[in-house]
Amino acid sequence: MQYALMIYAEPGYAEALPEAEREAVRADFSALVDDARCVASAQLQPADTATCVRVAGGRTLMTDGPFADTKEVLGGLILIEAANLDEAIEVAARIPVTRFGGIVEIRPVVAP
Amino acid sequence: MLASLVRFLGDFDQAEEAAQEAFAIAAERWPVSGVPPNPGGWLVTTARHRAIDRIRRERTLAEKIHLLPEPEAVMDDFDDTLIKDERLELIFTCCHPALPLDGQVALTLRALGGLETAEIARAFLVSEETMKRRLTRAKTKIKATGIPFAVPDAHLLPDRLDAVLAVIYLIYNEGYSGRVDLAAEAIRLGRVLATLMPDEPEAHGLLALMMIHHARRRARFSGEDLVLLGDQDRSLWDHSQIAAGRAVLDRAVALGGRGAYVIQATIASLQTAKRIDWPQVAEMYRRLAELTGSAVVELNHAVAVAQAGDPAAALRAVNCLDLDGYLYFHSTRGELLRRLGRDAEARAAYRRALQLATSTPERRFLTWRLEQL
Repeated sequence: MQYALMIYAEPGYAEALPEAEREAVRADFSALVDDARCVASAQLQPADTATCVRVAGGRTLMTDGPFADTKEVLGGLILIEAANLDEAIEVAARIPVTRFGGIVEIRPVVAP
Repeated sequence: MLASLVRFLGDFDQAEEAAQEAFAIAAERWPVSGVPPNPGGWLVTTARHRAIDRIRRERTLAEKIHLLPEPEAVMDDFDDTLIKDERLELIFTCCHPALPLDGQVALTLRALGGLETAEIARAFLVSEETMKRRLTRAKTKIKATGIPFAVPDAHLLPDRLDAVLAVIYLIYNEGYSGRVDLAAEAIRLGRVLATLMPDEPEAHGLLALMMIHHARRRARFSGEDLVLLGDQDRSLWDHSQIAAGRAVLDRAVALGGRGAYVIQATIASLQTAKRIDWPQVAEMYRRLAELTGSAVVELNHAVAVAQAGDPAAALRAVNCLDLDGYLYFHSTRGELLRRLGRDAEARAAYRRALQLATSTPERRFLTWRLEQL
């Protein structure tokens, strides 16, 4: 089944790392994206580029900034194909942010 | 049996229904045709057939039938080890850390302990409706998130086994404070786990720990007052259960067990000896503190050091601990200071403990100590 791995991290965490670690983070990410189980992936621009949209009374209303005001923000997501939750957890644990205080939320994708 | 069906059907509710149907058929047929040679195998196979029939009938699930293997198991070659493995898989599913802890506990008792929802609800002092919701949430999450029915791979096993042991011990401790049924149920589950994982020292360690503690349950209370180990009436202990617990502990140690449950069982065993070997108890608490890094364990270590004859060293160790909000930190300091003849400081420590005491027996005990000083 498919799982969405949503990556939450403190903005700028990677920039704060020493160059060698940053290099390792990049390498880990490309290894993940190249993994056969990876269906799709997207890294997002920083949260201050976010725009929230809703429609009320036929008018499109916009607000600046991310939907939830938390320290950790959604920084990217990976869609994977895994046999079960344990396999999804193993992939999620390889996402670098999990080593630096970030969190990955795993959600099964509704089957079409 | 349920384990086997859940594994086969991938669904708790369907498995339960199928099991009930199989029992009903057995109740009808066995008195007439006699009990089959392998009753367990017969029930599982019958339940599987019934479940498949039901699924076939349900049109919405029509396409899923292709995913199910054809029922070819015949009663005679029904493999008992299969059931064994499936029970183990079910334990790991019920105690999967992705489930909320209360859900893990409820599901373990329901699926493996075979307790009714109402019984579990009573044991945890919640309404049956609440417990039913808790179980449903857990079952739904297993299905929706694809929590596997599998014994985790070797590299995941230590962590996942810890989670299973924690759930069983939690069930035991719920029963420790008076609801004996749950404690006995936890011991039964511990025995199942130790049987299914005969080479895991911590599984044996936990079982031994629970058995030895449980053997002392009748001596633990006098009316509603808690009786400390040193004051317990040893004739109320279940000595055969202590011996049985020690045999399980020996097995754990023989397997090279040095984990937290094996150490705690060793301490419990040492404390049931006629003359307690306090230096050895202190050594065990030292190892346990090293493993867990827990300040409460350090406190217990200090108590054992004092019992072994060195209250001054114990007091020095206790004074280094950051446990100001913990009742037993202050009552232990009070006791050590009393033994060292520092009565004024002892009184201050007992008074602080009394401020933190919430239960009547505790208050009564501390007041009595204060009056004696």
